[in-house]
Amino acid sequence: MDFSFTEEQTLLRNSVQKFIQGAYDFETRRKVSKSDAGWRKEVYGQIAEMGLLGVAMPEDFGGLGGSAVDAMIIAEEFGRGLVIEPWLNNAVIAAGFLKAAGSTAQKEELLPAIAAGETVFAFAYAEPQGRFNLADLTTTAKKSGDGYVLNGHKAVVLGAPFADKLIVTARTSGGQRDADGVTVFIVDKSAKGVSTRDYPTVDGNRASEVTLENVTVGADAVIGEVGGGLKTVELVTDQAIAALAAESTGAMKVLNDTTIEYAKTRKQFGTPIGKFQVLQHRMVDMFMNYEQSVSITYMVTLKLEEEEAERKKAASAAKVQIGKAGRFIGQSAVQIHGGMGMTDELNVGHYFKRLTMIDTLFGNVDHHLKRYATLG
Amino acid sequence: MDINFTPEDEAFRAEVRAFIEENQPQHLKGVRRGEYRNKEDFLVWHRILYKKGWLVPSWPAPYGTNWTPTQKYIWNEENARAETPAILPFGVSMVGPVIYTFGTQEQKDKYIPGILSGDVWWCQGYSEPGAGSDLASLKTTAVREGDYYIVNGQKTWTTLAQFADWIFCLVRTDKNAKAQEGISFLLIDMKTPGITVKPIITMDGGHEVNEVWFDNVKVPVENRIHEENKGWTCAKFLLSHERAGIAGVARSKRAISRLKDMLAMEVIDGEKLIDDADFERKIAELEIDLTALEFTELRTLASEQAGKGPGLESSILKIKGTEIQQRITELVMEGVGYYSLPYSDPLSHNEFAPGPAYAEGTTQNYANMRKTSIYGGSNEIQRNIIAKMVLGL
Ligand SMILES: Cc1cc2nc3c(=O)[nH]c(=O)nc-3n(C[C@H](O)[C@H](O)[C@H](O)COP(=O)(O)OP(=O)(O)OC[C@H]3O[C@@H](n4cnc5c(N)ncnc54)[C@H](O)[C@@H]3O)c2cc1C
Repeated sequence: MDFSFTEEQTLLRNSVQKFIQGAYDFETRRKVSKSDAGWRKEVYGQIAEMGLLGVAMPEDFGGLGGSAVDAMIIAEEFGRGLVIEPWLNNAVIAAGFLKAAGSTAQKEELLPAIAAGETVFAFAYAEPQGRFNLADLTTTAKKSGDGYVLNGHKAVVLGAPFADKLIVTARTSGGQRDADGVTVFIVDKSAKGVSTRDYPTVDGNRASEVTLENVTVGADAVIGEVGGGLKTVELVTDQAIAALAAESTGAMKVLNDTTIEYAKTRKQFGTPIGKFQVLQHRMVDMFMNYEQSVSITYMVTLKLEEEEAERKKAASAAKVQIGKAGRFIGQSAVQIHGGMGMTDELNVGHYFKRLTMIDTLFGNVDHHLKRYATLG
Repeated sequence: MDINFTPEDEAFRAEVRAFIEENQPQHLKGVRRGEYRNKEDFLVWHRILYKKGWLVPSWPAPYGTNWTPTQKYIWNEENARAETPAILPFGVSMVGPVIYTFGTQEQKDKYIPGILSGDVWWCQGYSEPGAGSDLASLKTTAVREGDYYIVNGQKTWTTLAQFADWIFCLVRTDKNAKAQEGISFLLIDMKTPGITVKPIITMDGGHEVNEVWFDNVKVPVENRIHEENKGWTCAKFLLSHERAGIAGVARSKRAISRLKDMLAMEVIDGEKLIDDADFERKIAELEIDLTALEFTELRTLASEQAGKGPGLESSILKIKGTEIQQRITELVMEGVGYYSLPYSDPLSHNEFAPGPAYAEGTTQNYANMRKTSIYGGSNEIQRNIIAKMVLGL
């Protein structure tokens, strides 16, 4: 048993921290989030240069050949910085799909481009009727000649405004919620028939509604097995959940530290409010919620390679823990800051909103409690 | 004990309902205050009720109605049911009662008509950067110079001050007295030179609160309500006044019924979300909590009707009421799933809004409603009050 980090991992953490401190102070982040573009392509380029996009890719494809623990470290630090640039979509999700199920040709073409930050992906999986069920798809892909024709509406595709390519889940066969018949496609955002409507999200990021109208793709656009894509989708979303868990612990830590600091300095009734025992206990609960979340993040990160049922349980357990902890810590941090906690000016509300959003991504507490329970 | 309304009460309900149906501003039905487009949106219902004579049921003669507490309760219920705009409290529930209780005849004649007609917009200048929960530590000073006070300092969190014509303030008039004893209650015209209003944007993106700065602001002494250094008496009176409705039971009931309508339209695995066992349980819990609170409120009302006045138990109404309001916003947000993520600009929200209309701004509303356990005496402070004053700890 060993929960320590290697020297390289500590170096990685230090360099990510330094990068965040340099490029990602809170005021800059706020400005970028409100700018027309909504992100900084050059900062994304720096993230690529540092090797962070290729962290989990094999070295042959331009990656660092790192482990899930390396990704965890990056995600945690990005959580502290509330990073907008779509690291998760690319380093974890797009790379995850290609690694797990991509053909050699796809890997050779796309992994180096992702690692270099040249090709940017977003993941179009959710649909208006589907809630958190990854198999509940009305988007269809019909065989046509050598390729496929796609039709459908993908909801709240995070990071799509920044993307050149989309990973799209569509149904090639079966009923609307069947496990079989789900296929994963790579679709160029500029392809004929793809239209997007972009909008901001509450955490200062961007998303699109994506409509696919008779979009034709070749057979080489399929990642993995035709009709057998759900297993890969589940694997990759579990990997994404692990990274989100790590990200959330970074955000929680900032909220806890900020709140404790505030409670020590804010005076009411002639004494620092941190002296009121009821607030002390609340901060102790915040601390415990954070520690439990860190623990479960380690657990899920170390279990991503386990057999399917074990991995799924680990991911659901983590998502439940961080969902609950994120809500409690977010609400408590705002409450203890009083009126100041409500403002846009302070960073507290921004971490509160990000943690709130993380609970929804890839299924909220209720969804994962149920999933965990059905896994037995 | 009897939990039924009398036939007279029911007749009153019918009358009120008919009036509301005929007169309520339809374009504001169910619209959140953060989405009002202009100043008039806040005032239109106020003006209608003023004309009808139903604006201030709780005020004494000659202004108020002679409704019983039960009738006032019915009035609140019917307004919530019809989702009429909430009446802004700063004039009619705050400064108005202070003026008719502590003001001189001249002051009443000068200020009350504008409060009632809605022509004068009031805001509340109590809190300061250093004085929130500990209000009595406030530092804004008013120094007497002949017939004027010279006011210097800063108020903050001042709700809707951007629209205000006048502000009622607690100011320090005696630096040497004990904290509560050196405070006076001053009315200040917002147009007076030396006043600056700066917006504070909240995390949901709304502009609801402000900083109000005073730099050598000259205020006539005749604008002081009650005696010099007796402002705390006015403030305390205000806190204990008009607790009915503080729990927001009727509005929460309506919000839960909206939530259920919404859940009936959302789907999970092809079924209605409202039939999902997890959600059913959560809604049931919420409704039971609210039912208990409703009867706690009715008990308070009954004791008021028996002439006992609202007790310190009103802190229960504030705490439970706000917890329930906050819980409703959580469930709405959970209910809409991914469509809780889009940000809806409070000012230009008619631009592209993805997802169903009921999903718009749900996370922002959740974030915004965190304020309710902070303002009006935070829920920690309310618990302190119960511990000390009710439990004797
Ligand atoms: C949206 C909004 C609108 C508002 N509108 C107005 C307005 O129109 N006019 C106006 O004058 N004010 C207004 N306020 C101010 C509001 O009344 C104050 O925010 C409130 O009194 C709390 O003060 P504070 O923000 O300084 O927090 P603080 O008093 O600093 O409190 C910080 C935290 O410490 C806790 N705490 C403080 N003392 C104790 C204690 N003894 N024991 C245990 N815990 C304690 C609090 O509960 C809170 O969690 C508004 C506030 C908000 C958020």
